[in-house]
Amino acid sequence: MRLYRDLTIRQKQIVWAWAFLAIPIVFYTVIRFYPTGNAILISFQDWNLLGARTWTGLDNYTTLVSDPVFWQVFRNTFVYLLLGTPVSLVISFVIAYHLDKTRFMHGFLRMLYFLPFMTSAVAMAWVWRWFYQPVPIGLFNNALASVGIPQISFLNSTTNALPAILAPAVWAGLGFQIIIFMAGLRAIPRSYYEAARIDGVSTWAVLWEITLPLLKPTIVFIVVFSSIGFLRIFDHVFNMTTNNPGGPLNSTKPLVLMIYQTAFSSFDMGYAAAQTVVLFLVLLAVSLLQLRILRDR
Amino acid sequence: MGFSRLKALALASATSAAALLGSAANAVEIEYWQYFFDARVSAMEQLIENFEAANPDITVKMTHFPYADYRTKVAAAIPAGEGPDVVQLFYGWLNDYVAADLIQPLPEDVFPADKIDAEFFPMVQAMKEGDQYWALPTAVRSLALFYNERLMEEAGITEPPETLDELIAAAKAMTKVDAAGNVTQVGVTAGMTAQDHHWWREVLVRQFGGEPYLDDYKTVNYNTDAGVEALEFYVGMTEGDTPASAFGFMDEPQAAFKAGRAGMHIDGSFRIGSLADTRGLKWGVAELPANADGMRSNYSSYWVNAITTKAEGEKYDAAVKFMEYIVSDEAMQIWLDVVGELPAKPSVGLTDANANDPVFGPFIKGLAYANTTKFADESGQRQAMVEMVERMTLQGMSAAESLAIAAETEQKLLDDYYATN
Repeated sequence: MRLYRDLTIRQKQIVWAWAFLAIPIVFYTVIRFYPTGNAILISFQDWNLLGARTWTGLDNYTTLVSDPVFWQVFRNTFVYLLLGTPVSLVISFVIAYHLDKTRFMHGFLRMLYFLPFMTSAVAMAWVWRWFYQPVPIGLFNNALASVGIPQISFLNSTTNALPAILAPAVWAGLGFQIIIFMAGLRAIPRSYYEAARIDGVSTWAVLWEITLPLLKPTIVFIVVFSSIGFLRIFDHVFNMTTNNPGGPLNSTKPLVLMIYQTAFSSFDMGYAAAQTVVLFLVLLAVSLLQLRILRDR
Repeated sequence: MGFSRLKALALASATSAAALLGSAANAVEIEYWQYFFDARVSAMEQLIENFEAANPDITVKMTHFPYADYRTKVAAAIPAGEGPDVVQLFYGWLNDYVAADLIQPLPEDVFPADKIDAEFFPMVQAMKEGDQYWALPTAVRSLALFYNERLMEEAGITEPPETLDELIAAAKAMTKVDAAGNVTQVGVTAGMTAQDHHWWREVLVRQFGGEPYLDDYKTVNYNTDAGVEALEFYVGMTEGDTPASAFGFMDEPQAAFKAGRAGMHIDGSFRIGSLADTRGLKWGVAELPANADGMRSNYSSYWVNAITTKAEGEKYDAAVKFMEYIVSDEAMQIWLDVVGELPAKPSVGLTDANANDPVFGPFIKGLAYANTTKFADESGQRQAMVEMVERMTLQGMSAAESLAIAAETEQKLLDDYYATN
């Protein structure tokens, strides 16, 4: 206590600053950095959760490169990203743009769009899974069959399954993106629009020359946010294909699901850690790229 | 809180601590771990109660976890000197547990190998290494054919099918297809994701004249003519204008059967409990159909109990006593009555009452000719079967070609596993 009393005010401030900073530092070290470092370590080892860890050098990574399933899963992950992000961006912008102009039942409509975002992904995935079933239980196929149209294999198809799973995932994220877009739209000063109207500029020109350029920070935020979300997609896929996770024939399996299966059903922790390191690098690259675009503004 | 209450509390805790210490001097507490499944937990509670009544100086504390966390928790606890003295594990995990030094062999004087060889169903011998047993089951599981009595009657079938040909004929009679060609009711369920991969491996391949694995399940051997025939038979069930079955019908085979939309369904004895509670469903059980020569086969699996390396001294002695009780005849009968899983000894299972039981009987008869696959990675090996069928149904690959890929995939899984274990 004497020691503390002898300090100057400036030194006391520093002590207190570090005391408060210590909490997040300890938290990050124990909860984030230590496991991350450990995962990187395990990726060079062979471990089945029970026995001893043995060093295998780069074995896990060479297995990874020569594993056709890994490359298919890698491709799936980017299909989720490259299909999901633009589609959800366009839909949410269109909805937000029109909702912004609507006065009639505005609050109610906004609530309807936001509701899916608050719904549990697991519950939603199981309901959609039921929608997609073949006759006699599937909602969509029963509707098709009742008007005499042949059934569509939604989930039991190597080509349709991925978009079928992506659809509810996009829908679930829409509410959040709409709210962000609407906030962005409100932030654009009215005076620009008034000036444009006085000059007699067309609606399209207003959209292209005023609205979209001024929305750029909002768009960048949503792109970053939703790309990370689609790169980490798991719960929709897992719950809609629990009997054959990521199937059929791995056509819907994202990287996170492959990691989960390698680790907790095959108990090959080393290989799973190697996949995790790859996912980490991908997320890092995508985030850095997008931060760079942000800075260019 | 007033001072007097505080004092009373302090006094109370002091006396209870003293009582605890006093009883600890002559009572041993051991821990038992299993995964959470309602019926298993209540059966074990009953067993513990009986055991404690017979051994007043031993108390048993049961802990259970969700299945998903089970392995991780066990692996973390035992090396740290925590956790169970007696632990339950899946038979397929034995190698891993032995290699990781988590369990110790059962003492030979209490569990002599020749006595166990003679008393238990033969598949339990997979738990033996040299002259010592590592673990023993209370109960075992096998497959049988569930059938919907109402749908059978509707189709004019009086007896459940005895052979594979009868199975297909009965199933086709029960399948319903609407005007547009959509299947609205199946004769028999199909899906490799459920129990069918066991049925195909250990039953169909053998019935078509093959031997699914060689070399103590280390070498895949179904990539033969018998394997191709078995696969063509299996996938063939879903083909034709009036198929016997349909893949993916009502999402899950057991759901279709439970909803009364499937005439027959192959499943394990653990399904009995959930079907028994289904209102409006009248069902029966028959043995799995034989082939044309009358040859039958079945698949059996089981969970075993073992003593962990953590148990030492008086806890070890108590653990041995507890092990002895939970694999006793009495325990097996309780397990059958509460959980519906079959006794691991013929002397208990094949009593007249059990073997002639209309529900348990077919399962128990199946045990006599059952095979137990030694899995290295059960879900990985199942996946090979699932994809084998998908390549045929979704990509139009021939049975021979798809079978060859499946055999190669599974062999690679086995090689990788045995290279490190």
